[in-house]
Amino acid sequence: MAAWLVRRLVASIAIVFAVVTITFFVVHLAHGTPCGPGDRPLPPEVCQQLCRRFGCDKPLRVQYVKYLAALAQGDLSESIGLHRPVADALADAIPNTFILALAALLVDFALGLALGIYQAVRAGRFGDVAAGNVALLVNSMPVFWLGLVLLLVFAQWLRWFPAGGITNPVLCPRIDSPYCLLDFLWHLTLPALTLGLVGAASTARYQRAAMLEVVSQDYVRTARAKGLRERRVLLVHALRNALLPIITLFGLAFPFLFTGAVLIETVFAWPGMGRLAVNAIFQRDYPVVTGAALVTSATVVLGNLIADVLYAVADPRVRVPGEGR
Amino acid sequence: MNLWNWLALGGAAVLTLIVVAELRRRVRATAAGRRFFRHPTAELGLFVLAFFVTVAIAAPVVAPYAPYYQIDIEHPDHAPSAQFLLGTDPLSRDVWSRLVYGARVSLGIGAVAMLVAATVGTAVGAVAGYFRRGVDAALMRLVDVGLAMPRIFVLLMAVALWEHIALWVLVLLIGLTGWFGTSRLVRAEVLSLREREFVAAARALGAGAGRVIFRHVLPNAAAPIIVSGALGIGHMMLLEAGLSFLGLGVPSPAPSWGNMIADGWHKMSVAWWSSTFPGLAISLVVMALNAVGDALRDALDPRKEAA
Repeated sequence: MAAWLVRRLVASIAIVFAVVTITFFVVHLAHGTPCGPGDRPLPPEVCQQLCRRFGCDKPLRVQYVKYLAALAQGDLSESIGLHRPVADALADAIPNTFILALAALLVDFALGLALGIYQAVRAGRFGDVAAGNVALLVNSMPVFWLGLVLLLVFAQWLRWFPAGGITNPVLCPRIDSPYCLLDFLWHLTLPALTLGLVGAASTARYQRAAMLEVVSQDYVRTARAKGLRERRVLLVHALRNALLPIITLFGLAFPFLFTGAVLIETVFAWPGMGRLAVNAIFQRDYPVVTGAALVTSATVVLGNLIADVLYAVADPRVRVPGEGR
Repeated sequence: MNLWNWLALGGAAVLTLIVVAELRRRVRATAAGRRFFRHPTAELGLFVLAFFVTVAIAAPVVAPYAPYYQIDIEHPDHAPSAQFLLGTDPLSRDVWSRLVYGARVSLGIGAVAMLVAATVGTAVGAVAGYFRRGVDAALMRLVDVGLAMPRIFVLLMAVALWEHIALWVLVLLIGLTGWFGTSRLVRAEVLSLREREFVAAARALGAGAGRVIFRHVLPNAAAPIIVSGALGIGHMMLLEAGLSFLGLGVPSPAPSWGNMIADGWHKMSVAWWSSTFPGLAISLVVMALNAVGDALRDALDPRKEAA
């Protein structure tokens, strides 16, 4: 297992490195420079001065080598538009995205599991078909549109939740009291619910299929033949094995959460990494874009790796390649 | 909406119903057709898809206004009424007309992008699976990288390359970032098919690699490609909507469903209709595509017969 893990880690680092390289060259090839894509270009002499400062007057490969050299020392360079190191900007934004993703995952798995199990228990009957169709519809919605609709209903019409932002900027500029924590959770509810609902719909589909597959196995019949109550057979005997696919879903959830976060953070004015990255793309802020791509791809690759390891640990039938039996 | 538009809309619905019923009657003669229609929502999904395609084709008769026409710029945001079926948007354009014309853009982008993705994915997967070794390793590492890059991010960066992007370039880009999953699927399929006797026989008869791949291997791998294609169109449409929503997708006056959501977004609190209906249309079509894709999976898998 150790050798396999090392090999996977090396491959993961190589993938992240490739993503950073591609991103670096794509953003630098982009039309327009940081100081002049807009309607009011800066005077050329100011632009040249800025360029000298950020090194964009040098050939691309020199810049690339310089960026890598800095990266090797853990330095993500300085942002062009934010007047601060990229690492600082990311450090401010990542926790917000992380908490949003975590809350969304919680909604996703809690709701998805419950619905999937319910559907499997009532398989083929009205409850299953109705729930399945509702889940399919929710899963087919554009995630940002669902966010807009929830905003309209719960923030605008019913006024139960705030319309955006991370906390109340006047009363709670930072989270330093129980009241402010509550305020933060209150702001978190709608975006997390939006992302979670769309995820839960697909989790429920997988969970239903996994549960149905397990229920048809011999040991479940044995448990029933022993005279155990149906509830116990399903929720204790069958569920344990039907939970395995969740690990795979956990690994797959990362790309979806990031894509969703880019859009959801825009809808709910959530100051996370998605919004940081989108704004940076619009402003041609090369270092921020490359830094965000680095963090994102690392998260995706790491998520897959964790899922594989968990799978090998949780399911004794799964053996990693190269390991003796 | 005048009388003619209503008649045309009704005609489209009736025509769709007839087409679906006729299709059902024909394919029920085959086992695969019966498996397809056994899926609880396949028929409804087929109807929704056929309806939107019909309406998109017949857009000039079904839509009362041109998609760009600003009816009364001093009084935008008309609520839905008999005259404006789904209301008018903040630029005083008829939402129903834009929705109908937008079906052309959104469905077209989804279908063409998926075609691009399926072609590239199948080609890469077949080559990797058939030639194995170095080619396989190199191509699959490329796929690993592609899957690790968040797609919306890649697309945003690529779109930023051009200030004003042409529609066909956008479609190509969406397609060219969407083939990684398909190529993995096809590769797995080809890897197992190439060891079969009929492939060995073809090779023994002197068939070249191209002939073996196209004539003997790929036709047997068609089912999973078709299913993933049907499911993939929905993903493409959602992606297009997301990009357009961020202002980096379909160029603005063109009526794509994602664009329409973006146009109405900022006035959602006073005029909910202009963003709600296009989103509903996307949801319905993507759901229909998912249902049809699922049913196709059942239909193309003979092992499902016993169930």
